[in-house]
Amino acid sequence: MKGNSSSAKQLTDQDHYEAPSEPSIKKVPPKRKKRRKSQAFQEALTGYFFLAPALILLGVFLLYPMGAAFYYSFTDFYILKPDDISFIGFENFSYIWQDAQFRQAFWNTVYFSVIVVPVQLAVALGLALLINKKLKFRVFFRTAFFSPVVMSLVVVSILWTFMYNPNEGLINQLLGVIGISPQPFLTSPDQAMNSIIVMSVWQGAGFQMMIFLAGLQNIPNHLYEAADIDGATSWQKFLHVTLPGLKNIALFIFITISIAAFKLLVQPMIMTQGGPLGSTKSLVYHIYETGFNYRDVGYASAMAVVFTMIVLTITIIQRVLIREERG
Amino acid sequence: MKRKKRIQRVVLYVSLIILTFIFLFPLVWMLVSSLKDEFQIFRDMKSLKAFLPPAPNEVEGGYLHNYIAAFQRVDLLKYIMNSLIYTTGIIFFGLIVNSMAGYALARFRFPLAGFWLGVIIATLIIPPESIFLPLYVLVYDLGWVNTYTGLIVPFIANAFAIFLFRQFFLDFPKELEEAAKIDGCSQIGIFFRIIVPLSKPVFATVAIVLFINHWNDFLWPLVVASDESMRTIQIGLQYFMNEPPIKWGQVMAALTIATVPMLLIFAFLQRYYVQGLTHTGSKN
Repeated sequence: MKGNSSSAKQLTDQDHYEAPSEPSIKKVPPKRKKRRKSQAFQEALTGYFFLAPALILLGVFLLYPMGAAFYYSFTDFYILKPDDISFIGFENFSYIWQDAQFRQAFWNTVYFSVIVVPVQLAVALGLALLINKKLKFRVFFRTAFFSPVVMSLVVVSILWTFMYNPNEGLINQLLGVIGISPQPFLTSPDQAMNSIIVMSVWQGAGFQMMIFLAGLQNIPNHLYEAADIDGATSWQKFLHVTLPGLKNIALFIFITISIAAFKLLVQPMIMTQGGPLGSTKSLVYHIYETGFNYRDVGYASAMAVVFTMIVLTITIIQRVLIREERG
Repeated sequence: MKRKKRIQRVVLYVSLIILTFIFLFPLVWMLVSSLKDEFQIFRDMKSLKAFLPPAPNEVEGGYLHNYIAAFQRVDLLKYIMNSLIYTTGIIFFGLIVNSMAGYALARFRFPLAGFWLGVIIATLIIPPESIFLPLYVLVYDLGWVNTYTGLIVPFIANAFAIFLFRQFFLDFPKELEEAAKIDGCSQIGIFFRIIVPLSKPVFATVAIVLFINHWNDFLWPLVVASDESMRTIQIGLQYFMNEPPIKWGQVMAALTIATVPMLLIFAFLQRYYVQGLTHTGSKN
């Protein structure tokens, strides 16, 4: 797997480039024994010289905050009184279950994820299949579907807030053309989250479409030819050649979208401020507000720890499923 | 049979055109509206004109009047500069630090090398959102709030970039380095004079991924760059949405300005970006 294409090319161009690393190490064990201790020490020193900057930065700005979040979650740390921290055990965690806002934010996030993930996956796959054919203007269509990816989430959120405007927005005008009465969209607790979902799928699908396209091109053509000889219909070809060929990529995309969906923050923050009636408040948004607006770092950290656990659980479950699929 | 094929063909193209409309209309509307005045925007919305640029003689103050007004209203230039300093800072230091780490993990045998690789890959699954609060407390204690240092330094080391670099260097032919070593070149010399110049594709990929991620960053600049003079463009955009008087034309102009750098990157360098991401995708 590892870069076979690039190293294969080099082999044909310049045949003195043998396959690197492993074989050459195995060939020369006696030499390795002869290596003086100082030489091994020298290599270790150089290795650490190259690795140290990254390790230190990751340690200070990723692992330390991680540990700090865990520590704060057992305290009553309040930003305005940083010198007055006391240890309060599991009090923050037990409060989580009584916090109606947390529960609402949790279910909002679950709702968003459970819909966005399969829909976006299906849309991306559908788009990829549609344009993975001999078409006129293929590049144009591909660019069109990809174009929302070029805009940042902030830009898209602001743009769609104006488009969703119930009185003067573009969407209601367009719906009017096909005879649908004006909708409240972001101003209604029933429609706000769904409106955000539609926009999110619209923005994200083109990107996964590109990855699917790369995957489709990796399916060897002779498989389709063999299926043709066996007289397979195009549906059967899709089911038995295309889908199995895309399985790994689909699983990869599935994991990425699920985790990204669970981190929902920018859209509600810009479009609805979590409203109306908290119907678009997401988990990360609730943590942000508790920490930065109400300065209750202790409680926010406890929720962040729970959030991390949830994301880790999703990741691990999906990894295990993938491993079983493969085994 | 032939007729059925032709119908299929028509259905295919009609659905492609409908989909193209769905994916493009917000963008087209944004661009076109940024050229119009308020009256035109609302008048045109009721017809197909919503997606057509105004006639040149129709706009008072010229096509760019909204852009000029947007730049006059807030210091957009400053926001763009801040975004550029923020992203190029992360890219510059990030390329050095992460490529060195990737090289160390691909090439050298040293105690705990496998352990550190495991730790770095494990950090990939920590959601950054969950550490922002303690990270902010740390940056505050360091006195870095509202400084470029506070924006940049925490994001220089990047596990994903280290991983990409390592994969690339694993495939890099060892013979060149050995030849250089025989010629008396030091390890650091070998890396910066031989490896780096020959690894342009992976450097380009990492640089683009970092640019796109951080140009679009929202949460961290929002909390760390709270001062007006430190705002990045993504934060500055909200001003047009929230501070009255809200002018739709100016909003669309500001959104377009924020999108231009991304558009340039994708127009010219998209290949590297998709390559980098599909590369890891197929490997997982």
